[in-house]
Amino acid sequence: MEEIRNYTMNFGPQHPAAHGVLRLVLEMDGETIVRADPHIGLLHRGTEKLAESKPFNQSIGYMDRLDYVSMMCNEHAYVRAIENLLGIEAPVRAQYIRTMFDEITRILNHLMWVGSNALDLGAMAVFLYAFREREELMDVYEAVSGARMHATYYRPGGVYRDLPEQMPQYRESPWHKGGDLKRLNAWREGSMLDYLTEFTNDFPKRVDEYEALLTNNRIWKQRTVGIGVIDPEKAQAWGMTGAMLRGSGIAWDLRKKQPYAAYDKMDFDIPVGVNGDCYDRYLVRVEEMRQSNRIIRQCVEWLKANPGPVMVQNYKVAPPSREEMKNDMEALIHHFKLFTEGYGVPAGETYSAVEAPKGEFGCYLVSDGANKPFRVHLRAPGFAHLSSMDAIVRGHMLADVVAMIGTYDLVFGEVDR
Amino acid sequence: MSVTNETSLVERLGARFGDMLTVKVERNEVTAEVAPRDLIAVATALRDEAGFRFTTVIDVCGVDYLSYGQTEWDTDTAQGESFSRGVEGQAVGRFTWAERPRGVEQPRRYAAVIHLLSVELNQRIRLRAFCEDDAFPVVPSITPIWPGADWFERETFDLYGIIFDGHPDLRRILTDYGFVGHPFRKDFPLIGNVEVRYDPEQKRVVYEPVSIEPRVLVPRTIRNDADLDQARAESADHWREN
Repeated sequence: MEEIRNYTMNFGPQHPAAHGVLRLVLEMDGETIVRADPHIGLLHRGTEKLAESKPFNQSIGYMDRLDYVSMMCNEHAYVRAIENLLGIEAPVRAQYIRTMFDEITRILNHLMWVGSNALDLGAMAVFLYAFREREELMDVYEAVSGARMHATYYRPGGVYRDLPEQMPQYRESPWHKGGDLKRLNAWREGSMLDYLTEFTNDFPKRVDEYEALLTNNRIWKQRTVGIGVIDPEKAQAWGMTGAMLRGSGIAWDLRKKQPYAAYDKMDFDIPVGVNGDCYDRYLVRVEEMRQSNRIIRQCVEWLKANPGPVMVQNYKVAPPSREEMKNDMEALIHHFKLFTEGYGVPAGETYSAVEAPKGEFGCYLVSDGANKPFRVHLRAPGFAHLSSMDAIVRGHMLADVVAMIGTYDLVFGEVDR
Repeated sequence: MSVTNETSLVERLGARFGDMLTVKVERNEVTAEVAPRDLIAVATALRDEAGFRFTTVIDVCGVDYLSYGQTEWDTDTAQGESFSRGVEGQAVGRFTWAERPRGVEQPRRYAAVIHLLSVELNQRIRLRAFCEDDAFPVVPSITPIWPGADWFERETFDLYGIIFDGHPDLRRILTDYGFVGHPFRKDFPLIGNVEVRYDPEQKRVVYEPVSIEPRVLVPRTIRNDADLDQARAESADHWREN
């Protein structure tokens, strides 16, 4: 009889379940994984090196492109690092706006995650449902920054501009007219905050819909329960954060433990898992969406009641208003200096982290006093998570690798940077 | 994290490690400098001992301190020459491989920076280990202590060429297969060395020397004037009391 040998299989980089450009070299014994070797870097753009050649503010837009489904959270980490070194803090209204948009981003990310993970594991419909609500929230991104995804909305010292008084409406067109148009514009009569109020009232029902499709679904449970079990000690040793760590039963959340922005004034709960398998991480993320919804609602209420500045009135860092620029020489000079040279940041180093939807997204910033960063290092949660792939999938079946890639919530923009 | 938290961590570090660590606290962040030969002992103690319990490695990254504090725009004296003051620098992005800065002395150029987190005690620490030899930078690997450091060390090796002694599988990770050089070093050109295109005649992808010119628009400037002090003074109104 011929000797049976393990064979090596290439998973990706062009594979619908590889979530982008993951190349996974799998050594297989039949259907069982003996060794998994992820090859990454196919999307490496050298963001950190590019940032060294530009003034601080010009790199904010690059941050959106790291984890391109949780854009504003990346900006938040970078902007906070600069603020730390400058020793400034954004006005309180900007802190609330940031908190609100971090949570909108979390819902955006988790919707993308629940949709694509379910799609990977064979449930087509969830994807379609999830994208319906994603669209509603991306309209909020667009209303506030002009871009649906890559917002560049957070700036050192606050946010780019205040929330719009009027939520943009659909205009009549051959595709949207009559009752259809009325339905699309139903929430859009008032301001953006009114729109979000409607959204937060509606969203829990939507989450119920996703849960109706998945939570007690037999196939879903067969594909996720008991798959990719991570015990809490291992999760810490591998540098796991976010839902990966909470799924293993550790209630670690930077929003509670090391609060930033306005999280210390928010009322919300941290869901934790019990078994540390893919199913628990699913439950954790779904509950996080509900909690995010709660936070958004609190922020909306506060923001409606408390108008105020959204940017520090410090022209060494933040540009003056257009109006002022036209009338005031000093303001014009500040504007010119800011947009030609930028601002210098005091020499030193700092590490600032935010609880991004995928885990701890951190920015290690070294400045030598110049108008450009000396070194920026971006700590991406997906990078740390993916490094544990080999140890976790050994002994699992090939199909479980797909479940595992899904549960890591990988986005290669941040893994490869 | 409160300030008292950091102070007590600093005290504990001093009591336990003495001269092995140079500890300082800036912006409520604890930074400890450690010699590479002590790194393993320190890291193991930080993970296991009560009062530290740094069970999570958050990040390992490299820093190349070449050209630290150098500028391209003379701001110390007022001059009538205006634009001729600027842009002769060798800062990142301004040179090709052939023009890269050479013979620039920077003692202890490379450092590996490690960020640790204790989930149990809710504290963070930053360790910095400078490599002794710039021609062949080596630091011991902490992957045997925290398996999560594996890829971070591979990345640092890939981008900075820092060798992690004792790492089980020190391969390149982010750059292309067959890449030459360590691209995040300060003397590696921003435009790179090679570009890639599909050659229809050879019917394959070919590598060629880069055809683009280095181009950076904004000069690197350090201003030691009152700007920053004033900026800080103006923002002194604490936002939470606004």
